Amino acid sequence: MNNKPLSETSEWTFELIEKYHKEIARVASNFGLDTYPVQLEIITAEQMIDAYASVGMPIGYSHWSFGKEFVSNEARYKKGRMGLAYEIVINSDPCIAYLMEENSMMMQALVIAHAAYGHNSFFKKNYLFTTWTNANSIIDYLLFAKNYIAQCEERYGEEQVEAMLDSCHALRNFGVDRYKRPPRLSLQEEKDRQKDREEYLQSQVNELWRTIPAKEVIHSGNNDRRFPQEPQENILYFIEKNAPLLEPWQREIVRIVRKIAQYFYPQRQTQVMNEGWATFWHYTLLNQLYAEGLVTDGFMIEFLQSHTNVTHQPSFENPYYSGINPYALGFAMMTDIRRICEEPTDEDRHWFPDIAGSDWNKTLHFAMQNFKDESFISQFLSPKVIRDFKLFSILDDDKQSEIAVTSIHNESGYQYIRQALSEQYNLGSNEPNIQVYDVISKGDRALTLRHIQYHRMQLDKSIDEVLKHVVRLWGFDVRLETVNEAGSITHVYECKH
Amino acid sequence: MIQIVDRRLNGKNKSAVNRRKFIHRFRSQIKKAVADAINERSVTDLDKGEKVSIPAKDTSEPFFRHGQEGYRERVHPGNKEFQQGDRIARPESGSGRGNEASDSGEGQDEFVFELTREEFLNFFFEDLELPNLVKTQLAMLKETKKVRAGHTSAGIPSNINVIRSLRNALGRRIALGAPYNESLIEAEKQLKDLLKRYDETDSVVIMLRKEIEELNEKIAGIPFIDTFDLRYDNRIERPKPTTQAVMFCIMDVSGSMGPEEKDIAKRFFMLLYLFLTKTYEKIQVIFISHHTEAHEVDEETFFYSRETGGTVVSSALNLMSAIIQERFPISEWNIYAAQASDGDNWDNDSIVCAKILSEKIMPYMQYYAYIEITEDRHQNLWHEYLTIKEQWDNFDMQRIAALTDIYPVFRKLFEKKNV
Repeated sequence: MNNKPLSETSEWTFELIEKYHKEIARVASNFGLDTYPVQLEIITAEQMIDAYASVGMPIGYSHWSFGKEFVSNEARYKKGRMGLAYEIVINSDPCIAYLMEENSMMMQALVIAHAAYGHNSFFKKNYLFTTWTNANSIIDYLLFAKNYIAQCEERYGEEQVEAMLDSCHALRNFGVDRYKRPPRLSLQEEKDRQKDREEYLQSQVNELWRTIPAKEVIHSGNNDRRFPQEPQENILYFIEKNAPLLEPWQREIVRIVRKIAQYFYPQRQTQVMNEGWATFWHYTLLNQLYAEGLVTDGFMIEFLQSHTNVTHQPSFENPYYSGINPYALGFAMMTDIRRICEEPTDEDRHWFPDIAGSDWNKTLHFAMQNFKDESFISQFLSPKVIRDFKLFSILDDDKQSEIAVTSIHNESGYQYIRQALSEQYNLGSNEPNIQVYDVISKGDRALTLRHIQYHRMQLDKSIDEVLKHVVRLWGFDVRLETVNEAGSITHVYECKH
Repeated sequence: MIQIVDRRLNGKNKSAVNRRKFIHRFRSQIKKAVADAINERSVTDLDKGEKVSIPAKDTSEPFFRHGQEGYRERVHPGNKEFQQGDRIARPESGSGRGNEASDSGEGQDEFVFELTREEFLNFFFEDLELPNLVKTQLAMLKETKKVRAGHTSAGIPSNINVIRSLRNALGRRIALGAPYNESLIEAEKQLKDLLKRYDETDSVVIMLRKEIEELNEKIAGIPFIDTFDLRYDNRIERPKPTTQAVMFCIMDVSGSMGPEEKDIAKRFFMLLYLFLTKTYEKIQVIFISHHTEAHEVDEETFFYSRETGGTVVSSALNLMSAIIQERFPISEWNIYAAQASDGDNWDNDSIVCAKILSEKIMPYMQYYAYIEITEDRHQNLWHEYLTIKEQWDNFDMQRIAALTDIYPVFRKLFEKKNV
């Protein structure tokens, strides 16, 4: 094609951003990317650091931990030790993508392609996001949370609110429903129902604890009666509904932290896929613009430099190695799926009989929509990617004096590595499995948590600190029992009120 | 469909609240780090932000997680020579564990960040205040500025308020013209009636026409604008608090003051200067060095020139008094002085010093601080100055023996005193 490049210099202007955006949007829709409407926001580097501190939430309630994040990022940025990532984006409708004013036109185009079309389409279509989060109401909810917490600070004092948030944050990762879809969030409903909820919740709690002493004696004699009857994995939810002494506003704060944790849960489960998808599409979209003659050679060289930096994977003995780079792995896997569809080898036909030779765009969309990191890797990690990355697996057993190489990138190792890497992205086994086990059988209102051991892993010694937070929320003694894989209790941690 | 929002002017301090909360929460640790910084670093570069590190374990946020025990399998990239079944010595510090160590924040022992200059100075001078500051602000209301205060009927032409003046003129014209206008309307009505019955040449008509003409002349004769229509913008003088201070640094540079003593004195002066910058917009510093005679010198000479010989402290006090009289009227200046000396003085001069101080200097002072830099017993100047201290609330004295004493002594001099 004989198109004229959109721009020749690296300076950006609002008109240019609009032009580039128009072309990127056109190309993206030709590839069938389905997205929320896009809102681009121009911000300064300092505002970017702000955005970092609040994990990209455009509005956040205030807490010292965000300040801590901010000052440490700021110190590192000023020292030049940290480049700012070029994109922060969350799944909201419209999808908000931040463009830093310092960036060149190429970077702005890259961010638009990566965040506003890559991530955006992922948010809109991946099953975890569509099932677990509501893009159209998150901003409203964050606003509600911010105002509610600010009101609480005014009414009950900053210190009390801070203590409450500290404790909730300690249990943040245990405030998600893994199997039940959460109800919708909406500002209006939140506001309308918040008042009712306060009263209702309080009455429910009273109901649970209304057991008169005489009855309690009978119950404690009857040891197999427990509450909850089934162990509950959502500890924050359990506390919100059942902690005896929490004030209504404290329950609401537990709920806010829980809801926001739930909102970010899919993000934590789809790092490799999400970044891989976005990186694949910024690469594909900008190359398409280049093919159409809309961007210059200089643009592409600058772009490729950024792109290769992002997808660089240092090897394990490199001092900069800090685990597998999700951009690198994700991009490699997405690109490889396209290759398998377009130019399958015999090996591919053997490993991926279903997708070898199929329509690459359809296959890629299918993969994006229906998997999370764990299942995506176990389904699509190909021998070629394993070879390219020279992956190998190491078993580290504290009962052995040496660590062992369990498999490498060879014929006999592919399947093993695939499973091991998939397991590595399984949040369920990376985080300790701790559930609410019982609160009434001992008759002292103590909360008993159960830690089901996995691979003989024990809890970190910071456990005592965490239990103090649980005690603060629960209001009575807290006990945590570690149960080994054979089913017997091996450790008991206790924290008195 | 596309919406571009320019947020650059939205203010960058979205994190300011969180930052304040963070600093508030760790104030005791930060305070300690700041105090350490003061003791170890040169005071000359304290007037800027400060890198502060506090123990990372204090700032960590605990959550349920696995410890080191048990067994786990990890996949790593970049295999070179490993074969399946190889056994390798366990790397120290768990580097074979990928990013777990850094994720948990345990990898670093120190949490490092930067305080802004403002935050740093606030920690630095926390609980301190300038003695007599309240009194100063009340006493110092000498300078004035002009503020608007309504309108007056007298003034200079450049202050004429045109709108109000013309409004007055219009009002006056309406008021003065009213009776004539009424008669005029009446007369014209009459004329109409008369003309039905009489001719133009009839005398009644001629009379009436004349009357109408006269009325018209009278109306036209009302002046368009008159002097008492004029209104002027009024400005009055309001007292404005002065925020300027002069700080006298007086130092003994005789042979007995070695570089070490001078260094201590310098740091003390710098602290005082920084402290004053918190309160005053404009500060002038006067350096007076003395041995047997006193000179006003520049900063460089003050701190680094080498002199020999004896000491006559009164020479410096006389010079200071003269400078105050000549250049710093107390109606415009808040005057502070800090004197540093090893306490050595000619015997009979110390009495003279006390006299000059109490008669010519202390009445003008906001605050006068004397520090004696010596490890020996108190010198004669000290004993004389004790009598001044009894007489004047705004005089204080302390001894500094070593560098580390500076900050505590400084704090002691300026600590908030209960009323």
